[in-house]
Amino acid sequence: MTRDEMLQNVRTALGRSAGQPCTEPPAVRLLIPEVSVEERIQKFSTALDALAGHAFRAHSPDEAREYAVQLLAGKTAIASNAPLLRELGITGIDGVRSGVYERDELRGLCATADIGISGADYALADTGSLVMLSSQEEARLVSLLPPLHLAFVSKDRILTGLDELFTLLPIPAEKTSSMVLITGPSRTADIEQILIRGVHGPGEVHVVVV
Amino acid sequence: MANHVSLFVTCIIDQFFPEVGVAVADVLERAGYEVDFPERQTCCGQPAFNTGYHDETRKVAAHFLDVFSDAEYVVVPSGSCTSMVVHHYEELFANDPKRLEQTRRLIPRMWEFSKFLLEVAGVEDLGARYDGIVTFHDSCHGLRAMKIKEGPRRLLSHVRGLELREMDAAEECCGFGGTFSVKFPGISGGMARTKIESIKRTGAGAVVGVDSSCLMQIRGALSRAGLPIQALHLAQILASR
Amino acid sequence: MPAIPNELFETPLSDGRLQLAVYSATGRLMDKRKDVVDASVLPDYQELRDQAAQLKRHTLDNLDYYLEQLEKNITARGGKVIFCRDGSEVVDFLVKLAREKNAQRIVKSKSMTTEEISLNEHLEEKKLEPVETDLGEYILQLAHHRPFHIVAPALHLTRYEVADIFSSNLGVEREVVPEEQTKIARKVLREKFLSADIGISGANFLIADSGAIVLVENEGNARLTTTAPKTHVAIAGIEKLIPRAQDLATFLKLLGRSATGQPLTVYTSFLSGARREGEIDGPDEFYLILLDNGRTRLLADQEKRQSLCCIRCGACLNHCPVYRKIGGHSYPWVYSGPIGAVITPQYKGLNQDPWLPFASSLCGACAEVCPVKIELPELLLALRRDVNKAQSGKLYTKIERFIFQAWAWLLNHPRLYDMAGSMSGVLATEDKGNGWMSRVPGLMNVGPLKAWMSQRDLPVPPERSFRRIWRNRARRTQD
Repeated sequence: MTRDEMLQNVRTALGRSAGQPCTEPPAVRLLIPEVSVEERIQKFSTALDALAGHAFRAHSPDEAREYAVQLLAGKTAIASNAPLLRELGITGIDGVRSGVYERDELRGLCATADIGISGADYALADTGSLVMLSSQEEARLVSLLPPLHLAFVSKDRILTGLDELFTLLPIPAEKTSSMVLITGPSRTADIEQILIRGVHGPGEVHVVVV
Repeated sequence: MANHVSLFVTCIIDQFFPEVGVAVADVLERAGYEVDFPERQTCCGQPAFNTGYHDETRKVAAHFLDVFSDAEYVVVPSGSCTSMVVHHYEELFANDPKRLEQTRRLIPRMWEFSKFLLEVAGVEDLGARYDGIVTFHDSCHGLRAMKIKEGPRRLLSHVRGLELREMDAAEECCGFGGTFSVKFPGISGGMARTKIESIKRTGAGAVVGVDSSCLMQIRGALSRAGLPIQALHLAQILASR
Repeated sequence: MPAIPNELFETPLSDGRLQLAVYSATGRLMDKRKDVVDASVLPDYQELRDQAAQLKRHTLDNLDYYLEQLEKNITARGGKVIFCRDGSEVVDFLVKLAREKNAQRIVKSKSMTTEEISLNEHLEEKKLEPVETDLGEYILQLAHHRPFHIVAPALHLTRYEVADIFSSNLGVEREVVPEEQTKIARKVLREKFLSADIGISGANFLIADSGAIVLVENEGNARLTTTAPKTHVAIAGIEKLIPRAQDLATFLKLLGRSATGQPLTVYTSFLSGARREGEIDGPDEFYLILLDNGRTRLLADQEKRQSLCCIRCGACLNHCPVYRKIGGHSYPWVYSGPIGAVITPQYKGLNQDPWLPFASSLCGACAEVCPVKIELPELLLALRRDVNKAQSGKLYTKIERFIFQAWAWLLNHPRLYDMAGSMSGVLATEDKGNGWMSRVPGLMNVGPLKAWMSQRDLPVPPERSFRRIWRNRARRTQD
């Protein structure tokens, strides 16, 4: 079926003609509550913990780095190219590979690493979600292939929820080919509705709020 | 004539449960109303409508309109039959301006029994006494189409000696569904058995509702299972002393 | 109205284990949904439903406009949009694409739209290797079952059945612990992801103003499907459109909550084509297949157009007392529950399974929870009317219509009606002692009466109907 055939069929079904303007769509509905930064951090942590994720509040770069060191403890990790990770000194920790820009090499590393370390463009307080925009700094697979995902997000990047996100990014496609919201560890309940974490994505998600 | 109501007793009560009709009339009279029973009344037409026969429904609905179009209030001891008139007659008579007009005039005067007591008569306590534990079944059309939920419970709360114990599946369909009950007997019967399990767990001696068709299905299943639990219309509780 | 294939339901109705599994699984999903739409946690739930319902209806009413906008935006970023009339056109395109790419292995994420056209079977016939990667769908693909539920496809299987399916298909030892079973699947499928040439996904939403698709999932398999292979093909029905990315703030709040009781599912991917300059990973090519497969026919029916608003959350299944009794496999097509009963006759034609719209008690629990406010009971009623018309030449329908005509005539003659009623007094002898009867005399034990008596007792008709009692009462009052 050609494009024109389908469009013609649709128009016939609707009794519309080619080039006929669209009727007025319902107004966009975005409501952003007033929530302080402190409250956002609190809400984000509570929501993520409720999903069996781990939220940690780092009061200094050292604390953030120390959290990563503890978690690594001899394991291997692949880190994204987010400037925040460099600034915090995460990329310098033993066992952490970083600065990979080539697709196949990165894929190989992600497939074998114990931990994937990333930044996050935003976090959503309501739901405990991370918002990841694919870019040169953030590859998609870092937060997906390794069994543990460790993310660092700066506290002023915690938004109240979806409404604020889509206010800031009315058309995310203008910025990236892929925006992903990550809300807790990968899970399934496909066998007898028993909840199991870590099916295809990471079974553990740690988020350090800096 | 402010205190005059016309009773539409429904076909199922007329033919199977006349005692419910008597109870409804008693309660309405106790609430201070003069009750009139237009003898030419038969049915609202729902069985044909729900089975997809609209022409046949229209014939029955037209008769209903003729019988009740002059009534000040029509009180109906069934959420389902009330809903049929209130929600489907307009669609049925969309191409018949005279009937449509008749329907639109009638709709605001159609009242389900418990709603009439609370919202028109403004009574909650009818001085009833019923010694025993009961549970309440929310009939689907009453609950979802007519928004009847708290009303009957409020009326029951004033009945002396009565204890209301909610069942876990109060809002779950009993499986009646009109002709559905005989077209799909296995499914309908299965739904009824799930319902009576839920009723049984409350330990109640009677299940109360506002639709006699559901109560027929439930009581039929209870009787088949050999369970001595009664199925009573709200009016029967409110009429008892 | 046609004869009913009641034998179809005997298997699920007599399977005690299945009855319990379906009832408790759907019950849990009901409870979880209720918790997250409660006014204490989501005060604007009803406003969100209103908004979602209006947005969907608006989009459908202007679908040609939004299709063009979507196509323009996808094409502008190098993606390709393919328009397909039906499953065979989809298969033709995919086979050609696979040949071009020298591709064999295709990983797939869950998509009801591809179930609709039996995509896997057709690709296998063409010697391609499609692999379902959602755990439930993977199990079903191995077992050759169709989805039992829109959202929880393997709801009908126990861990023991899964153990058998895995051991006989994957050559692994019989493993009955779900956690271990999941690990087995993860290992097998990880290998498939990393070696697949093409990834096929569905789409939960198509975003016109962005030229993007949205995928909602919990496992991560859709992310892998759309990231690991070099070619990503998304297949979606044309009704999946919504106008703006900003409308997702409405839909995402409703979808996860209605489906599984999650405020948001674990992964929500917003994808607008192949990876861009500078992006490290992601596919090199992106194709969007827009499928009609009968949708324009539904679109033309103004009365039932709203059936296309469905966002496939599955809430109507969970809340349907009929689905909870007979389960997904009793329905004739891939879509089950109330929405299945509404859309199957419209896609497949009214005469294919004419009984389907009648398989409902019209309790309305579905419409109450539908996040886009589809009036499911009203649509079932309309379909019953249409089926009767379509089946008017059939003997069963002729007889039934005649009965209702006679009934309508009788109800217009109150005196005859009263007399007819009074004849039921002959049944008094069948009284069990409680005013109810478990049987009726043999000659009467046919048709609807027999069907009724097969399940429950019937009240013994009273000596006098209400109208007769009333006459005496009126006389008494006058005295």
